[in-house]
Amino acid sequence: MSKSTDPRLDPYASSRETTEGTVFSVTGGDWDSLVTEIGQAKEERVVVNMGPQHPSTHGVLRLVLELEGETVTEVRSGIGYLHTGIEKNVEFRNWTQAVTFVTRMDYLAPIFNETVYCLGVEKLLGITNDVPERASVIRVMMMEFNRISSHMVALGTGALELGALTPMIFCFREREKVLDIFELISGLRMNMAYVRPGGVAVDLPAGAIQKVRETVKDLRQNFKDNEKLLVGNSIWMKRTEGIGYLDLAGATTLGITGPVMRSTGLPLDLRKMQPYSGYENYEFDVITADTCDVYGRFLIRINELEQSLRIIEQCADKLEQLAGAPVMVADKKIAWPAQLTLGADGMGNSLAYIREIMGTSMEALIHHFKLVTEGFRVPAGQVYSAIESPRGELGAHLVSDGGTRPFRVHFREPSFNNLQATSAMCEGSMVADIIGAVASIDPVMGGVDR
Amino acid sequence: MSETNNGAFGAEGTGDTSGYGGLVRSGLMPGSAQRPYGSYFDSVADDLERAYPDFADAIERVVVDRGELTLHIKRERLVEVAKILRDTLKFEMCMGVSGVNYPADTDRELHAVYPLLSITKNQRIRLEVSVADADPHIPSLVEVWAGNNWNERETFDMFGIIFDGHPGLTRILMPDDWEGHPQRKDYSLGGIPIEYKGATIPPPNERRTYK
Repeated sequence: MSKSTDPRLDPYASSRETTEGTVFSVTGGDWDSLVTEIGQAKEERVVVNMGPQHPSTHGVLRLVLELEGETVTEVRSGIGYLHTGIEKNVEFRNWTQAVTFVTRMDYLAPIFNETVYCLGVEKLLGITNDVPERASVIRVMMMEFNRISSHMVALGTGALELGALTPMIFCFREREKVLDIFELISGLRMNMAYVRPGGVAVDLPAGAIQKVRETVKDLRQNFKDNEKLLVGNSIWMKRTEGIGYLDLAGATTLGITGPVMRSTGLPLDLRKMQPYSGYENYEFDVITADTCDVYGRFLIRINELEQSLRIIEQCADKLEQLAGAPVMVADKKIAWPAQLTLGADGMGNSLAYIREIMGTSMEALIHHFKLVTEGFRVPAGQVYSAIESPRGELGAHLVSDGGTRPFRVHFREPSFNNLQATSAMCEGSMVADIIGAVASIDPVMGGVDR
Repeated sequence: MSETNNGAFGAEGTGDTSGYGGLVRSGLMPGSAQRPYGSYFDSVADDLERAYPDFADAIERVVVDRGELTLHIKRERLVEVAKILRDTLKFEMCMGVSGVNYPADTDRELHAVYPLLSITKNQRIRLEVSVADADPHIPSLVEVWAGNNWNERETFDMFGIIFDGHPGLTRILMPDDWEGHPQRKDYSLGGIPIEYKGATIPPPNERRTYK
């Protein structure tokens, strides 16, 4: 093209003619020349590709925007850039191994992925009521910590994308404290594969409850920083109030759940409606807003932090009472035989256990070998289990054909459904408001694409 | 519907020296339920029968298993039943659609499973529609629950079920020019053998497994 040889033109804003019209490639720092070039075009309508590589689209989300001036007339979302085939892969692993895969879907809420899957497997096995109470309490505590760390990313990156840098620093500072708890308890900070069918992988280490209580105290104090920064802040409210509007009727038909649904005033929270893992035994409130906008969703997340802390405190009390109780089902044909222990290089094999099976009990070795290589059989049938993840209803549809491996695993990911609301929230608004609307949905592309 | 497995490892012909070579096991899915179904399932069935006179013709069978109700519906009747479930029985939300491929279920190889949630009554039920691999058409439910749009695209992408009446049934997770439907059972997982310290480890779908 002749234009590219012109030295006065920005090399980063090239253009070419196509059957659809002129296509400009924008790579940043070239807005002046772009505006000049577009200004020469007669057509008002501009189609812009936002993403999949864009800092404010929460990962690899691609938005195709049709603009007239600065008004968005149409939004289409393109997904699939992070598809990893987890649902297909687990059909080739046994029921316990699959935990390691599913924890990697929604990478900001790994404990929820594991728990919903394990609740489904337990329902298929018919052992839901045999899961020890201590295991359920640990699951609830880990889930609520995970809700905090997930909301911290949602709030921090959401604020960052709208131009507020400091909240992000504070949010990641708090998230780090939660990840320290995860590391202490499971040995890993993310993708822990900690929740297993029948219970959890390992009991709490010594001093964990003390550390949990200290962390809760710190977090409660530090959350005030963020509240002071943003709640009622006039700049923040101008960017969020009335933005990304979606009312109850729209949310219902689109299958929206989680904070987006609760921002319409409906207290849809599976922890209260259809309790699992003993949530009926905890005192907490379901937070709602009635503004249907980004600010409402922001307030819901901010206020849910305190509710999670309340639940964690009740968990700590219960765990003190349940000290020494089992964390895995008693049925040795299902319970994972080995328990991990903390070594000098982190969580790993228990040397005492290896000494026992290798040195003293041949039967224990045979049992271990059979269960770990072969796995357990799950009676044929299908179940759907659902829990309240930080983003909404996370469901697992599990089908067994009676074998040692899942026949079909499908996850109903809240991010996947909620992301469909982007068009409804953004069409007719300004370009800049798309960022706020998408941030308030809080999609995690690992979960959307699986 | 059942799938029969032979032996302990699925080895065919010679090669299975485990002593379990003659073992035959069939995974039988739960059968139809008889009244009373228990829990709130009877009232759901009663309400549906009252609101929908063609109930007996539309519902192929009712399965109650592990505390969950599944209504198997003829595909021609799916949209009618869905509308009544939404409007009269107050199942306001459809949590998507999940495809399942049962190769052993002759002429009903592809199943579409719809979990429904009633916020008003705090109940869950499940609809299931079965079609043949040779004629994989199911009417779309996007006009009933708009949120099923992406879910149906995903099920089309992964299983090749064609949802008639869908506003834009294209692939959603796989690239547009992809061939085949990856989550069907006849679609190989793929993968390459890995060499580790002189030994070769086959890809996951070719490793010896316990059936």
